[in-house]
Amino acid sequence: MPPATEKRYKTLNPLGTLVLHFRPRRVPERTLRFTLTWGLGGMAAVLVLLQLFSGTLLKFAYGPLPTQAYESLVRLQEGFLFGRLVRNMHFWSANLLVVVVCLHGLRVFFSGGFHPPRRLNWVVGLSLFILLLLSNLTGYLLPWDQLAYWATTICVGVLEYIPLVGSRLQQVVLGGPQIGPATLRNFFALHTAVFPALIVMLMAFHFWRVRKAGGLVIPRAPAEEPEEKPAMVPTQPDLLLREAAMALAVIAGVLVLSLIFDAPMGQPANPGLSPNPTKAPWYFAGIQELLVHFHPSFALLITAALVFGLFCLPYLDYAEAPAGVWFASATGRRTALIAAAAAALATLLVVALDEYALDTSTMLPNLHPAVSLGLLPTVLLAAALAGLYAVMVKKFQATRLEAVQAVFVFLAVGWVLLTVTCVFFRGQGMKLRWPF
Amino acid sequence: MKPSKTRTPGARKSQEMPAAVTRRGFLNGLWAVLGLAALAEFLWLAVSFLRPAKPGRTESQADAVVTAGALATFAPGTVTAFQNGAFYLVRLEDGGLLALSCKCTHLGCTVPWVEKEKKFLCPCHASAFDITGSVISSPAARPLDTFTVTVENNIVKVDTGRRFKRSGFDSGQPVYPPKARS
Ligand code: FES
Repeated sequence: MPPATEKRYKTLNPLGTLVLHFRPRRVPERTLRFTLTWGLGGMAAVLVLLQLFSGTLLKFAYGPLPTQAYESLVRLQEGFLFGRLVRNMHFWSANLLVVVVCLHGLRVFFSGGFHPPRRLNWVVGLSLFILLLLSNLTGYLLPWDQLAYWATTICVGVLEYIPLVGSRLQQVVLGGPQIGPATLRNFFALHTAVFPALIVMLMAFHFWRVRKAGGLVIPRAPAEEPEEKPAMVPTQPDLLLREAAMALAVIAGVLVLSLIFDAPMGQPANPGLSPNPTKAPWYFAGIQELLVHFHPSFALLITAALVFGLFCLPYLDYAEAPAGVWFASATGRRTALIAAAAAALATLLVVALDEYALDTSTMLPNLHPAVSLGLLPTVLLAAALAGLYAVMVKKFQATRLEAVQAVFVFLAVGWVLLTVTCVFFRGQGMKLRWPF
Repeated sequence: MKPSKTRTPGARKSQEMPAAVTRRGFLNGLWAVLGLAALAEFLWLAVSFLRPAKPGRTESQADAVVTAGALATFAPGTVTAFQNGAFYLVRLEDGGLLALSCKCTHLGCTVPWVEKEKKFLCPCHASAFDITGSVISSPAARPLDTFTVTVENNIVKVDTGRRFKRSGFDSGQPVYPPKARS
């Protein structure tokens, strides 16, 4: 470090130096490029801070009992100065977080940020993502309106189909045979203490691992060799200034959203009346759409398999580790595109066919539903994925990494389309409909 | 310090090193065991704290029995909803009585009875059940759960304390009040 910078570094404000504990003192210059990360990881961190802030405020106004919860929110929105704004902020950051974290994960995956020495951090990041989803789910129940009550009912209803422990687990989560005061208490404790604490701790670990790995992956072109000694710049101010600007932009964005769009609030929860249609929160809509097509046990199995696959991704023993190359290689780009197109076609086709043409229960009347709606389509899906992998390897000469990437793209695109279908194209009785 | 220890000559000290290491190892091990025991205690504490209370302990059995009303109020071929007990009292065409849980066996939505179509239609994922609670269309895989119905002195009572899962409808399930048979 040149002496001038050194001096400047020493005279930093204490906050800056604290931040630097998470950071290397200097970072490779090329990783500063905005289009490497789009600032997604930083955005997620800022949103988490916003969540902690708005959530803490909300906690002062909220009454975690079925008889009080809804009332307390009404009071918050009407009686508190900025009450509505704070709730909106909490709502919007929660939803944005899911989007931002997903994009962040995709960025890391496609820029090869999960190869050694970053393998463990991929696992940590995924765990954070799961914790985030759990936080959102437990928070979804708290308003105790119709939306909350029924979305939670069906989300927790899925648990029953976990083999062996399912109904026990459901009992523990609900704190009784059905959603009631005990459930609200459980969810409140998880949402406001357990998950935030875990998230903050894991986040610190996540950042520290980034530092241990020597910063971010250094972007490069497919043919380019990784640099031995990349040009470095001081973290302060080069990186921190950029991050601060980003943080302010995110905060401004959330504020604007919260000023314009209100967080939804339905009628008070009524256990006797399920609204039609009842939908899970949008980040679980993919699972719900699977449930339309598959036997619940198998919809769960597929989801669990996908999550497991995600965790395993960095450990599949690839021949090469092109960290920093977008989509691994030129072949990687081509195969990813093909897989995306195939996924779009296949998903839409299957959804439409299942709705209008196929009726397995009449086509195969003497089969148990667990087979006709579960085992059979699951095996077909697995075969399709294996086929895709084989085609990528045989026809396109893809390496293992490229082929795995193609399968990942296929599943990711499929999942997004299922989510979109469920959120926008399912109406009364979960029938397909045109949203506009 | 104990005299026995200070007496040890320097020459023997090195020979005793392995013994000292073992002792250290032993103590370290002891700490580890104690630490694990503490962890286990806390875990045990947390688990038993969080275990849901057995339903029998909180609800008395008497609360669970809902008096539905006089037998005559339930005409054959009708379905009556009981919001507080979360069940439907079904009177089949042949006079048999069934108490069906409102909870869809798919994911737990409340199933409304649609009089026009004579079906239970689940709003959540479009499962349909007939008047006996049997599945007409998936995704629900098993019929609606039942509760025990008793008829005493022409008064119908339903015990909502225990729900019964069943795999299909059979003629043994409905309860026939003595009068209806005659
Ligand atoms: S909960 Fe009734 S069909 Fe899913």
